[in-house]
Amino acid sequence: MPRLFTACLLAGLALSTPLAGAHAQTLRFGLMEDPDALDPTLARTFAGRMVFAALCDKLVDIGPDLKPVPQLATEWAWSDDRKVLTLRLRPGVRFHDGEPVDAAAVKYSLERHLKLPGSQRRGEIAPIDAVEAVDDLALKITLKTPFAPLLAQFTDRAGMIVSPKAAERLGDKFATAPVCAGPYKFVERVPQDRIVVEKFDDYWNKDAIQIRRIEFRPIPDTTVRLTNLRAGQLDLIERLAPTDLPQVKRDPKLKVGQAYELGFSGIVFNTAREGSPVADPRVRAAFEAAIDRNAITQVVYNGEYLAGNQWVSPKNPNYVTDYPVPKRDVAKAKALLKEAGIEKPSITMMVYANNDAPQVGQVIQAMTREAGFDVKLQATDFTTSLDQADKGNFEAYLYNWSGRPDPDGNTYSFLACKTPLNYSRYCNQEADSAMNAERLTTDPAERKAAWKRLAGRVLTDKPLVYLFHRRLLWAYSQKLTGFGEYPDGLVRFTGLKLD
Amino acid sequence: MLRFLARRLALAVPTLVLASMIIFALQQLLPGDTATALSGEERDPEVIAFIRAKYHLDRPLPVRYAYWATGVLQGDLGESIRLQKPVIELIREKLPVTLELACLAMLVALVIGVPMGILSAVRPGTWIDGLANGVALWGLSVPNFWLGILMILLFSVQLGWLPASGYVPPGESLSENLRSMAMPAFVLGNAIAAVMMRHTRAAMLGVLQSDYVRTARAKGVPTARVVLRHALPNAAIPIITLGALEFGQLLSGAVLTEQVFSVPGFGKLMVDAVFNRDFATVQGVVICTAATYILLNLAADLASALVNPKLRRA
Amino acid sequence: MSEAGLSTPAGLAAPVAAPPPEPGALRAFWRRFSRRRGALAGLIVVALLAVLALGAEWIAPYDPTATDWGAVRAAPDLAHLFGTDEVGRDVLSRIVFGTRASLGAGLTSVALAVALGLPLGMLAGYAGGVIDGAIMRLTDALLAIPFLILAIALAAFLGPSLTNAMVAIGLSATSIFVRLTRAQVQAVAAEEFVEAARAVGNPPWRIALHHILPNIVPAILVQATLTIAAAIIAEASLSFLGLGQQPPEPSWGSMLNTAKNFLDQAPWMAIWPGLSIFLAVLAFNLVGDGLRDALDPRERR
Repeated sequence: MPRLFTACLLAGLALSTPLAGAHAQTLRFGLMEDPDALDPTLARTFAGRMVFAALCDKLVDIGPDLKPVPQLATEWAWSDDRKVLTLRLRPGVRFHDGEPVDAAAVKYSLERHLKLPGSQRRGEIAPIDAVEAVDDLALKITLKTPFAPLLAQFTDRAGMIVSPKAAERLGDKFATAPVCAGPYKFVERVPQDRIVVEKFDDYWNKDAIQIRRIEFRPIPDTTVRLTNLRAGQLDLIERLAPTDLPQVKRDPKLKVGQAYELGFSGIVFNTAREGSPVADPRVRAAFEAAIDRNAITQVVYNGEYLAGNQWVSPKNPNYVTDYPVPKRDVAKAKALLKEAGIEKPSITMMVYANNDAPQVGQVIQAMTREAGFDVKLQATDFTTSLDQADKGNFEAYLYNWSGRPDPDGNTYSFLACKTPLNYSRYCNQEADSAMNAERLTTDPAERKAAWKRLAGRVLTDKPLVYLFHRRLLWAYSQKLTGFGEYPDGLVRFTGLKLD
Repeated sequence: MLRFLARRLALAVPTLVLASMIIFALQQLLPGDTATALSGEERDPEVIAFIRAKYHLDRPLPVRYAYWATGVLQGDLGESIRLQKPVIELIREKLPVTLELACLAMLVALVIGVPMGILSAVRPGTWIDGLANGVALWGLSVPNFWLGILMILLFSVQLGWLPASGYVPPGESLSENLRSMAMPAFVLGNAIAAVMMRHTRAAMLGVLQSDYVRTARAKGVPTARVVLRHALPNAAIPIITLGALEFGQLLSGAVLTEQVFSVPGFGKLMVDAVFNRDFATVQGVVICTAATYILLNLAADLASALVNPKLRRA
Repeated sequence: MSEAGLSTPAGLAAPVAAPPPEPGALRAFWRRFSRRRGALAGLIVVALLAVLALGAEWIAPYDPTATDWGAVRAAPDLAHLFGTDEVGRDVLSRIVFGTRASLGAGLTSVALAVALGLPLGMLAGYAGGVIDGAIMRLTDALLAIPFLILAIALAAFLGPSLTNAMVAIGLSATSIFVRLTRAQVQAVAAEEFVEAARAVGNPPWRIALHHILPNIVPAILVQATLTIAAAIIAEASLSFLGLGQQPPEPSWGSMLNTAKNFLDQAPWMAIWPGLSIFLAVLAFNLVGDGLRDALDPRERR
């Protein structure tokens, strides 16, 4: 027997990937999920964006005030008819394979986003008609129709530029060895275990990069992630559970970073569901009136999340202040139900079977019960809930959206007629016209007016009841310094230092 | 003997084919498909249609099974759409982890189960026997995931002795690797130890009552020598048989234990794949573990048949 | 219990052919059973659990779904002996009501497994030939698929609910009963009294029902009791993965699932449900062991 075990152990040794190199100057970053394909054109997960922040620079980055700031592009200007965007690139920038980041490469990347089969970016920049390299470092992007959110789209994956040479060579296998122009280059990936990147010595801003190596380690369980950080096996973790915050604050070896997300959590009602009480706007209004948003964030999230009633949080510059977060009003809820003629509506609400969504569901269940609702919870896995939402096979759906810098990304796909994320099956001319108006102009005042019109309509019809906005929490070892907090919830590795 | 082997091997083929069909059909019944799972937050309908077409998800069930089966016959287990890697590579990556965990768990089971089984058989009805029975009942009744949680609570949260999770490859640091594997291996081994102990006890009791052992004892051979030299080798077959079967089970992945301790083995791979509708991965791993399971079963049966020729007819 | 609990027969349930029942057998059986203290203790715990399950409304101090946001994750005290959970519900009351889910799942799924497995196994064992081959290949195939993967896929397909979890566990456990029944039938069918019944011209169905079935009941009963123990763990496992009992109704497994997020702040949330599962499973294992020993002819001395 002992010989068998020695053999097994040796087999384990031989088969496992040996990792050379010491731990010094390696940042070990605990992610909540294993990122998907590391190809900016095909990628879709939030965790993936964490890794891209190290691998791929974007045309523009996002500033603390949600306005675009230079990254690969240093200057940009809109034409008067808002159909042409000209960009000027930073000179002397190179990809990890040594190829230059020039206008031709940017043209290649944007066209790849638009044309690669299965591209997740096409929808984000679909109004682009043509991309033209004016000279080595200047580009002209022509749109089919004016599209104000375009620059904001370039602050995320749609603005990431890949090496044309590597992309041509690897085709749809680009994700296996991504080559971009970010501060770190790809080393290796063991699915569900780790992604390793290493400092790129020719990075255009290399002096601001202190850490040699980053290991991303997916650890889905929040508690386990934290335990690893406390035990010193990780240096940084994302999406700390708010209920764990007091514990982290007590620990002198740990520090906390935070930012309110750009997205929202809310209840999607299937307004087209025949025979369901949720098809009646008064029932939806009653449901909302029965909910105490602050109590939800208090009970489930220790008060760390922010109660909200719109697609952006009350702290966001685009929040429509004319419509503040309403207070709970059970009497009003009962009156509305009476008016609708359904005093004891029974509603099934779909929630993800993750850590906190069922808990939010149970709190809502208890609150609405007082107004006469009988809410049944259906905890489903992620794929099932998407399938049911696609098919319209639900009444209410507790949903969250990670958010986009431009409010357009939080509204259009959810509220415009027949858009892919419009699970509510909501279709209203006034709302559509407000959203089209917002897209046609880059003038802040005009856009603000459009948001106000949209809020007036949507917050009355309530196809979606917005509940709260998550606070993105990071916990990290005190050895890590220079940690910046950004509204898109991503870590910037520039300026980070590990002692 | 050869005919027995050939017959059993021939029977294993339809079993494997059936198993693959069952798991294939079952997966297709799940709501949503790979395209739903992979369409991303944006849910672009064009992307969904593209993924469906690319991976033949829009074709009828038997056609898709045929695609898969053709691949397997050519030695290709397909590709994980989600992880963008050939399934065979994923298996190669996870196998060492699962193998190591299984070996360590068996080690725990043997170290606890066999000596206790022997002792309780040698001294039936004594406090040792009672203790061994108690340990066995504990092992059989305690839920793995709860034991895992309790151990994390004690050894990681309270005492801070062992990492709560986070697999470290042995090539990186053998001591860290063993530290990270200690709790999961104990949790799994604890359960198997119970079964081991019971089988060892039963087998030893049988052998100790046999004539030649009695003769040896009557001749005045010391008890320890009787037990280890004469009785144990004869009781070994059922213990080895059971060990093989339990080992087979362990190789199919300890789903919950891996979940609790975040061990990146087969169990976690499969559960993630089921939830993400990563059909090829589920299919590939199930087929591999099913084949291993069947082979180990066969090996166990062979071992029994060698001892008891009457069974060869079965 | 090892992970894939249901696939290996729990403990030592080797097929045992009992001779035909004799008068006064029941009393003799009870005498043998009650001599074992462990078995008796197990039976008492099972009875107590049954009382908890049936009388939960009267026994539980609180409504198991009533929330109290003033007392979220409160440590055990006199008002809440076992503390409160993540939305301020009384853990003790949830444990009491959770008995229903666990016992219900254990009994129902095993009843389903026996109802399917027994006839199939008898058919296979008695008919032999192609039918036997087909049934056994199917059984082997099901056994070769990791139990939890099978149950997860079934539960995900049927939709998460306690009933569907029971169906998933029952279907996954069926193969053990097919195998066991078949082996038993083959053993019993070779006995002289069966040969005799056949010789006097009894039709096959009559032999199966009147001569074979009564003789395989003991072995099935032992296996069923032990499988109930495994099924309770299986239900807890599925609920632990979010595929069993749906909130806010309590189940020990789903309570543990939530509790693992609050190990540091509220360990009582993890301790009580786990202990309950352990006790229930232990009780059924003890009863199963007692039954086996009491029914095993080798022990009748």
